[in-house]
Amino acid sequence: MTLVAGCDVGSLTSKAVIMKDNQLVGIGVIKSLSDPQDSADSAMNLALKNAGCSLSDIKYCVGTGYGRERISFVNEAKSEIACHGKGALWLVPSVRTVIDIGGQDCKVIRIDKDGVVEKFITNDKCASGTGRFLEVMAKVLNISLDELGDLTEKTETPITFASMCTVWAQADIIKYLNSGHSVEDIGAGINAAMAKRVAMLAGAVKPEKDVCMTGGVAKNKGVVSTLEKVMGVRIRKVRKADPQIAGAIGAALFSKARLNGGGAR
Amino acid sequence: MIVAGCDVGSLTAKVVIMKDGEMIASSVKRAGTKPRESAERVLDAALSMAGLNRDDVDYAVGTGYGKDQIPFVNQSESEISCHAKGAWWCMPSARMIIDIGGQDAKAIKMDDKGNIVRYIYNDKCASGTGRFLEVMAEALGVKLEEMGSLAEQSTEKLTISNQCVIFAETEVVSLINERKKPQDIVRALHKAMANRVASLAKSIGVDENEDVVMTGGVAKNSGVFDALSEGLGLPLKHLPGMDPQLNGALGAALIANEKMKGK
Repeated sequence: MTLVAGCDVGSLTSKAVIMKDNQLVGIGVIKSLSDPQDSADSAMNLALKNAGCSLSDIKYCVGTGYGRERISFVNEAKSEIACHGKGALWLVPSVRTVIDIGGQDCKVIRIDKDGVVEKFITNDKCASGTGRFLEVMAKVLNISLDELGDLTEKTETPITFASMCTVWAQADIIKYLNSGHSVEDIGAGINAAMAKRVAMLAGAVKPEKDVCMTGGVAKNKGVVSTLEKVMGVRIRKVRKADPQIAGAIGAALFSKARLNGGGAR
Repeated sequence: MIVAGCDVGSLTAKVVIMKDGEMIASSVKRAGTKPRESAERVLDAALSMAGLNRDDVDYAVGTGYGKDQIPFVNQSESEISCHAKGAWWCMPSARMIIDIGGQDAKAIKMDDKGNIVRYIYNDKCASGTGRFLEVMAEALGVKLEEMGSLAEQSTEKLTISNQCVIFAETEVVSLINERKKPQDIVRALHKAMANRVASLAKSIGVDENEDVVMTGGVAKNSGVFDALSEGLGLPLKHLPGMDPQLNGALGAALIANEKMKGK
């Protein structure tokens, strides 16, 4: 049996997957440690344990994520964009546009039917439109991220936030709370502001159907439903595996392609 | 003939009183939540300094973010016009004003007659505004007013790579955890802030051979002032003999003065 692996070391979480014949056989997800090598080791060890094998059984491993250049056990490093595109296609075969929102960035990737990247855009310069925006707002509202996501369907009158800047929106929330607006209206407004920002970014790659969302923010129901409305498309749910591991899956698929002698595009 | 200019900003309210074309009194006060009350308080402070009362004022012009809520003004004017007017009066050689307030930053280009040629404004993003420094001062546990002198004691060159307030704050926290010194972090923050404002100004064209003045509360921070000079590649100027925070109110008073002269 030929085992391949993919390892995605992100700023907040690190993920490793082991695949055999196009199927997932081991998954390891951990909170990232301060050293990328340590993060990679511990995610990979978890995945190996999960698959019931050892590192010497892995024939090829591709690394991705911000710490990809500093992982000792990978044979090759690939860009996050390429890996996310490839991984998303495995998760949802009809997907052409992937919206990935992590804790500190947002990427929109348009791929062709083979998962090759056609166009992409990233924002990692501004906290607005990233998971951090929601974290900051949930903290001000003193609710959890899950609770924030649930607020959109609880009101018909969301507040329209004038500014997308995290700092200004945070100040606005305090003003709205003080003037007696409900947490539902404010929270729904926040989810909408987030969705609008992401839709703006997505517009730049001319998104095509099907659209799917990966990354932690995909779990926020309010952002997803508002984004569907703003973009005028249905966002396909990812059910095959935790969308968080899309990058690691893509990396493992590149490993497989390498072994099959194909150029890992 | 007595005129007044009142500039109600997001953080401070300012008034300038002029008599027969000369500035005779001024006041700067922290703005409260109600622009109306802030304006009245700062007006009364300036008037009492001049030994006058409200009835003595022949004409008053308001500006700033709260300009439409000032009860005692005869008219309001845009901040851009007031800033250009004020800077031109203080320093006729000025061709550009860079004003950094508590919640915005703007760059205004003028011709040799003081007419506005172009301007650009950032109030969409907190980066490059006074708020950037406020948030960082809090994260570092230092006073806002001390940041300039603190930066002068810096010995190690650090870089803050993020311009977003939220991301830069995280960067500051990691630098603190790495036991970097506050003075070195502050200097790096000034540079990051200056780069943001310099690119805003450069987007409307900066001529290094012409006089560029910096106004607004942040101009009092020598660290940002020096870093911005460096970022623009020219020696920035202060308005001679003027509190940089008063420029907008001064311009408003000058416009009031013109009105009275029947211009």
